[in-house]
Amino acid sequence: MKYRLLLLIIGFLAPASVPAAGGYDIRLDHYDYGIKDRISLQNGARLFVNYCLSCHSAHFMRYNRMAEDLGIPEQVVRENMIFDDRKIADPMTTTLAKEDGEAWFGIAPPDLTLIGKLRDPDWLYTFLRSFYKDDSTVSGWNNSVFPNVAMPHVMWTKQGIQKPVYTTSVDDAGYETRKITGFELVREGTLTQEEFDHAMEDLTNFLYYMAEPSRADRIRWGVWTMFFLLIFAVLTWFLKREYWRDVH
Amino acid sequence: MKALMQWVDARFPVGNVVREHITEYYAPKNFNFWYFFGSLATLVLMLQIVTGILLAMNYKPDAELAFASVEYIMRDVWGGWFVRYMHSTGASMFFVVIYLHMFRALLYGSYRNPRELIWIIGMVIYMAMMVTAFLGYLLPWGQMSYWGAQVIVNLFETLPIIGGPLSEWIRGDYVISDITLNRFYALHYLVPFILAGLVFLHLVALHKAGSNNPDGIEIKKGPKGNRWSESAPKDGIPFHPYYTVKDLLGAVVFMAIFLAIVFFMPEMFGFFIEKPNFEPANPLKTPEHIAPVWYFTPYYAILRAIPSFAGTQVWGVLAMFISIALFFVLPWLDRSPVRSVRYKGPTTRLALGLFVVTFLVLGWLGIQAPTTNLTIMSQFFTLLYMLFFLLFPCFSSAGQPLPLFAKGLLAISVLSVLATIVYWWFLWSGGPSFTHKISYTVLSVLVLFMLGIKPLIMPEPAKPLPERLTQ
Repeated sequence: MKYRLLLLIIGFLAPASVPAAGGYDIRLDHYDYGIKDRISLQNGARLFVNYCLSCHSAHFMRYNRMAEDLGIPEQVVRENMIFDDRKIADPMTTTLAKEDGEAWFGIAPPDLTLIGKLRDPDWLYTFLRSFYKDDSTVSGWNNSVFPNVAMPHVMWTKQGIQKPVYTTSVDDAGYETRKITGFELVREGTLTQEEFDHAMEDLTNFLYYMAEPSRADRIRWGVWTMFFLLIFAVLTWFLKREYWRDVH
Repeated sequence: MKALMQWVDARFPVGNVVREHITEYYAPKNFNFWYFFGSLATLVLMLQIVTGILLAMNYKPDAELAFASVEYIMRDVWGGWFVRYMHSTGASMFFVVIYLHMFRALLYGSYRNPRELIWIIGMVIYMAMMVTAFLGYLLPWGQMSYWGAQVIVNLFETLPIIGGPLSEWIRGDYVISDITLNRFYALHYLVPFILAGLVFLHLVALHKAGSNNPDGIEIKKGPKGNRWSESAPKDGIPFHPYYTVKDLLGAVVFMAIFLAIVFFMPEMFGFFIEKPNFEPANPLKTPEHIAPVWYFTPYYAILRAIPSFAGTQVWGVLAMFISIALFFVLPWLDRSPVRSVRYKGPTTRLALGLFVVTFLVLGWLGIQAPTTNLTIMSQFFTLLYMLFFLLFPCFSSAGQPLPLFAKGLLAISVLSVLATIVYWWFLWSGGPSFTHKISYTVLSVLVLFMLGIKPLIMPEPAKPLPERLTQ
C-alpha cells in the first residue's frame, strides 16, 4: 500500500518528458554552471555589455540590480558598463532600433533577459561556441546548434574562425546523412580554445543568473525554511501523538 | 468576555456552529493517509486566494504590459518572486491534492448513498478549478499561455452551427487578444470566490451525512455513546482536537513538499511553468509543439485520440466532455452492496488500478507530440477510461442481477470495443503496424472480459462487513 502510494506520487511528479530545447537532434556540451561564482559572473557581465548589448536588450534587468548582486561598485558600472546617458537604475536596453535590427538581420534581435530560462544553459553554452564560416548564408556565418541563425559570430576575433567537420553515416534503409560532429580551427583567435570556452561559461553563467536574479535568495531562504519545517513537523508529530494517546 | 459571547450567541449562533462543525462533529476514528487531502485542498485554496490578491496588486491585465508586469513582480516587487512561485506552484499542487482526494472517494466509496450530493458538489468544484486554472494560465501572456488558450477556445469552434459565434463570444475577438486577456483576468478573480462558496456547500453536505471512512460502514448506525457524549457514535471522535492536530501535522509535511518545490524547483522541470512561457506571446509565431499544463493532459489526450468523422472533429470534444461528465453519475454506477474497496472483490481492485494507470498514461500521452503509435495508444487508453465507468455496474454487482441500464451500458461497452477494433483494422488507412494493432486488440478484449463478463459469470461476493470500525 505504502509503495503503491509512493509510485503514484512519483508518477505525478516525475519528469516524463521535458520538452526539448531546440527540436533538433544535437548533442549538447555540458558544463557545470556556477551562479555563486562572482568572478565568473562579473566576467560574463563584462562580455554581455560589450558584445551582446549592442544589438540585444535585457529589458527586465536593471544595471543597479546587477551591480548589487554581482558585487560590482556602481561607480565601476557607470564608468565601464554604461556607454551613454542611461541612469544606474535603468534597464539594460539596447541602442539598436527594432526597425534597424529587422532591416539588417531580417529579424529584430530578441530580448535576452529570460534566455537563460527559455533555453537550457547547456544549449546556450554549446550555441555560443558552435558558429562556423558558411558562405551560403547572408551573414556569412552559421551555427550547428541553431541552423541558419540570423546572428553573425560576434566574437570571432576571440574564438577564431571554425570550419565544420562532417561525419557521414548510412542508416538501415541505406540513406546517407551528413552531420556536423566537430569543428576545426582555420584561423586562430586572440584566445586559446580553452580560454574561449571559459569565457563562454562565464557568459552563460551571467545569462542564467539574469533570467532569475532572485535564484540565490530563493535557495538560501529554502534551506532555512526546510530547517524550520523539519523542527515544526517533529513538534506537531509529538503533539498529535500526545492527543491521540487515548484513541483506541 | 462571557457576557459578550452570550450577547453574540443570542443574535448569531456562533457557539452552535463551532460545536456542530468542529468540537462536537464526530468523525470516524480510523481515517488514514488518504483523509489528509480534504483539509489540504482547503489550505491550498486559501493560499491561492491570498497570493492571488497580492499578485493582482502588481499585475497589469494588458497585452502590452502583462508579460513585463510579471517580470516586474519577479524582480522589483519585494518578495514578489516568492508570491508568484507560491501561486504557480499552488495551481499545480491544488490539482495533485484534488486528484488524490478524488481517488480516496473511489477507494472507499465516499460517493455512495447518502453522500451523492457531496460528490456532485465536489465535481462542480473540480470543474470550477479547471475553469479558474485555464483562465489564470493566460494571464502571464507567454507563448504557451497564448497558444494554449487558443487551442482550448478553438475546441468550441468544432460545435455545429453555434461553434463559431460561441468561440468569438468567449474571446470577444477573432483571435485571443487584449480583450480576451481582460475578461479572463476579471473572471479569474471572480471564480475562486464562487469556488470558496462551493467548498462551503461541500462541507455543509458532508457534515449532514457525516464522514465516510476506510471501512465504508456508517458510524452513525453503530453503537452509541463515547467519552464525550451519550448520543454520539461510539466509533466517532470529536473533530477538534483530534483531527485538527492530525491535519496540522499533515499540513506541515505538505507545506514542506510544497515549499521545497517553490524554493528549489519552481518550474518543476517544465511541468508547473512551461519553458515557452518565458517568451512573450507572439500571435504570429506558433510554437512547434503546444501542450496544456499537466493537469489537463489526460483530457487533452482523449480529445486528440478520437479521429474526425463525417467531416467534423466535434467527436473528440464530445468524448472529452463525456469523460468528465461520467464522474457525475458514478454514485449510480456502483452497484456493490459494500462501499469500501476493502470489502469489494479483486476485480474492483484491478479496475481501480487500471484506472489510475490509464489516467497517468493519458496524462503522459497528452504531453507528447502525436505519432501513429502514440495515437493508437491514446485510443486504447481512452477506451479503457470509458470502460471503467461503463462496466462499473458489472464488476461491482457482486452476483446481484444487473438492472436494465447496466445491461445497456454493457452492450455499449461491447459495441465500443468492436467499433474501435473495426476502426483499427479496416478503416484507418496508413494506421499503425500489425504488432500494435494485434496487441491493443487483444488487450481491449481482455479488459472487456475481465471487467464486464467475468464478474457476471463468476460472481465475486462482497466480504462480510465488520460490526465496528477496524483500526
